[in-house]
Amino acid sequence: MAELEPVIGLEVHAQLLTKSKMFCGCRAEYLGLPPNSNTCPTCLGLPGALPVINRAAVEMTIRTALALACRIPEFSKFDRKNYFYPDLPKGYQISQFDLPLSLAGQLEFEVDGQRRACGITRVHLEEDAGTLHHAGEIHTSNFSLVDLNRAGVPLMEVVGEPDLRSPREAPQYLRALRQLLIYLGVNDGNMEQGSLRCDANVSLRPRGQREMGVKVEVKNMNSFRSLEAALTYEVGRQTDLIQRGMTIVQETRGWSELEQATVSQRGKEEAQDYRYFPEPDLPPLKVGRELVEQLKAGLPEPPMRLRDRLLDQYEISAEQVLVLTERPQDAAYFEAVVAAGAPPRAAANWQAGPLQALCKAARVEVERCSISAGELADLVRMVEAGEVSGSTARELLAEAFESGASPAALVTERGLAQVSDAAQMDAWVDDALRQLPKAAADFQAGAERALGPLVGAIRKASGNRANPDLAARLLRERLARPGE
Amino acid sequence: MTLLGLSISELGRRLRSREVSARELALEALDRIARLDPAVGAFLRTTEELAMAQAEAADRWLAADPQGAPPLCGIPVAHKDVLCTSGVETTAGSRILEGFVPPYDATVVARMAAAGAVVVGKLNCDEFAMGSSNENSAYQATVNPWDHTRVPGGSSGGSAAAVAARLACATLGSDTGGSIRLPASFCGVVGVKPSYGRVSRYGLIAFASSLDQVGPLTKTVEDSQLVLSAIAGADPHDSTATTEPVGDLAAALHQGVQGLRLGVPREYLAAGVGAGVREVLDQACQRLEREGAELVEVSLPSTEYALAAYYVIAPAEVSSNLARMDGVRFGRGEPAATSLVEAYESARHRGFGPEVRRRIALGTYVLSSGYYDAYYLRAQKVRTLVAQDFARVFQQVDALVSPTAPTAAFLLGERVADPLAMYATDALTLPANLAGLAGISVPAGFAEGLPVGVQVLGPYLGEAVCLRVAAAVEALSDLWHQAPPGTDG
Ligand SMILES: [Zn+2]
Repeated sequence: MAELEPVIGLEVHAQLLTKSKMFCGCRAEYLGLPPNSNTCPTCLGLPGALPVINRAAVEMTIRTALALACRIPEFSKFDRKNYFYPDLPKGYQISQFDLPLSLAGQLEFEVDGQRRACGITRVHLEEDAGTLHHAGEIHTSNFSLVDLNRAGVPLMEVVGEPDLRSPREAPQYLRALRQLLIYLGVNDGNMEQGSLRCDANVSLRPRGQREMGVKVEVKNMNSFRSLEAALTYEVGRQTDLIQRGMTIVQETRGWSELEQATVSQRGKEEAQDYRYFPEPDLPPLKVGRELVEQLKAGLPEPPMRLRDRLLDQYEISAEQVLVLTERPQDAAYFEAVVAAGAPPRAAANWQAGPLQALCKAARVEVERCSISAGELADLVRMVEAGEVSGSTARELLAEAFESGASPAALVTERGLAQVSDAAQMDAWVDDALRQLPKAAADFQAGAERALGPLVGAIRKASGNRANPDLAARLLRERLARPGE
Repeated sequence: MTLLGLSISELGRRLRSREVSARELALEALDRIARLDPAVGAFLRTTEELAMAQAEAADRWLAADPQGAPPLCGIPVAHKDVLCTSGVETTAGSRILEGFVPPYDATVVARMAAAGAVVVGKLNCDEFAMGSSNENSAYQATVNPWDHTRVPGGSSGGSAAAVAARLACATLGSDTGGSIRLPASFCGVVGVKPSYGRVSRYGLIAFASSLDQVGPLTKTVEDSQLVLSAIAGADPHDSTATTEPVGDLAAALHQGVQGLRLGVPREYLAAGVGAGVREVLDQACQRLEREGAELVEVSLPSTEYALAAYYVIAPAEVSSNLARMDGVRFGRGEPAATSLVEAYESARHRGFGPEVRRRIALGTYVLSSGYYDAYYLRAQKVRTLVAQDFARVFQQVDALVSPTAPTAAFLLGERVADPLAMYATDALTLPANLAGLAGISVPAGFAEGLPVGVQVLGPYLGEAVCLRVAAAVEALSDLWHQAPPGTDG
């Protein structure tokens, strides 16, 4: 039998970071509120209430689509997707069926350092459902409690083409998409809380065959890890069935974290007929060319291109670039530090190292922390010029991060500037050799390690101000000419 | 004669001169409802407290600023029970909404209140406005005030009967396929179906969203214009409401029909139109001609397909609009239900009447995968053809004149067992809904003692020309003072 090739496509749902819900004035931010307090007649689905399109959500969707190189048709419309479920107050979801806001784009992502592209079928807009709460598991609970705080939150769906060829590619595709959404400021990327969700379509076919195999939809994967695990499992399950001569059934399966397996949820015969039809409560959406051009002009540099540019423009490593482009704000901070006069490689080390550690511990974004890009640049410059030691600089950075002071000012204020003065250095070297004669002798006898304690003694004597490189050089010179 | 038999402008004059107070008018309306409505059945509930509070506020307004107070200030009105009224139970004539007290006012309800109108109650209708006789109400069958053995028409039968019986000066109804114009014709009152989007639907419990419009039912054309002017216009809560300005509709009332070209659609006089109805129409046309209008026969060839298209599109929207009545918030499922599906089925079976269930089934079917193109899509194409027919005709004529309904009011129970006969009642009114046009039914005569209305149709946003022609028909027939027997005491 020919080798089997997995064919995978992802459907990603992203809650949009708008102020209000998709079709009413309620807040789009719904977490942590008392149940059903963030509601109005429209999102409760009360009889008579009508939807009104949230313009900001439309613009965010178009921006995303443009960033994915999609085509934006001039006409678009909303449709009703009809099905019954207690978290769906109207008995239908307002979504987009045959005339979505955008079509035919692509997403670039990296797998093992290799660039790949995946087609984007469409990006469209819909509304989120409410949430259900149970005592324990849904199947054993005596009740379901409905909370509609989330009902009507704008939900953007990015439908990917079935262009992925291995379970390893899926999380990389999703990472790239997530980062893009964060760059655009349209989604917070939180998979755990469900503001970013991913479903997958998986089928197998003999390598070289054009026709698709029978498609299985896999749901309920809420981390990159579970996405890869679920797809690996599902590809394995289907491979096994085909190799045993059995047929794949078209169905929806859910990933069970507990069983580390996909479990059948719904067969084809139970598949819903959503009876889509045009939403009569909303007029068709006309998307003007001027708006599209305006939104296009306002797009941020996409992460992939930003990475290429940083790599090209500054002498920093690919790993550093990756860290510095996690968010657009990180890259902007880095470029500001460099613009303020810090050498790029050192700036990258300091930002990605000590400063990021401080930010993480304090749960604050770098652009909001108390150290400005200019202040970090000053400090980095002083370290690079040998005016202050690295360890002192790190301590001062931590202190300034807390107090809001300028680290460079602290250096001057406390007289902590690194000493390179020849006379002073010589005096400290003399003291060290006197204090540790055995170490000096060992070094002269060829024990390179013995230099450490001597440098340490000088650092101690100087209160950390002695330039350690200079100290080491002076020691070597002195110990190479004994008796002088 | 009861004060409620007077026109709104005459009552307005008396309110401003303090000959009568809003409080007295409200009390008279409530008293008449208590005495006369048990036999008519127009009201599902009265709103005494609200009425008295609104009447007192209206009296203060009239006292403080008699000339500045709007024309509807202090006028007793009532709303069809498909319009959401904050704090007042709203059932749409259905069991499934029993006990539903909306937390908000429909835009039209709020606008009537802002205009100083005094709400005396909520009016019966066919369940979710589906029906042509009011016999589909889950609560009661309203009868025709002119003949208690006959239907008032539907679905705004309560709204028409209340005005005819002088239980309110003006009422609001909704018209999806003729639900304002048909009962207006049967009960001998004026009913206006505005162009689609002329009046906000926010707070109107949807029947078929792309066809529904709210409009007034009143004794006179001028009264209707006053109500229409109060409720029409853009609404940020309804994206399908047009932002085109409403304009001065009052000016149209006294322009006469001199120089107007009026079309009589040949297809609207086809078989099924009764002789009595035909005679009333002919007389109205002759009078209009004498007043200087030019009457021409026109053709709307797609008319014969309109009914079928309507009964695909409207049920399709019904099946979706009524999905929210699922036993979770509205209606109660069988407590012993063992599955979600069973809970849904029992709640909906218990909560909906047979006609509503029939239309949900129809609508679900025509939207189903595999049938969508054959039914829904085809129906939409017919809808486009119907609209094109009208557009072509309105290049030749200013307005159309036709019977509102093929017959006068029929007997209670006469068409209950025959849904197709019931559906045919709307054959002459529903094309205007498909095309989104303006229409009015105005009383023009009697056939065998029963009122008969003439329908005036205008182009999209052609409310003014409809009012202009209707005012002429009204002036020429001079019937509006006539109240049904037994209601003038
Ligand atoms: Zn809301």
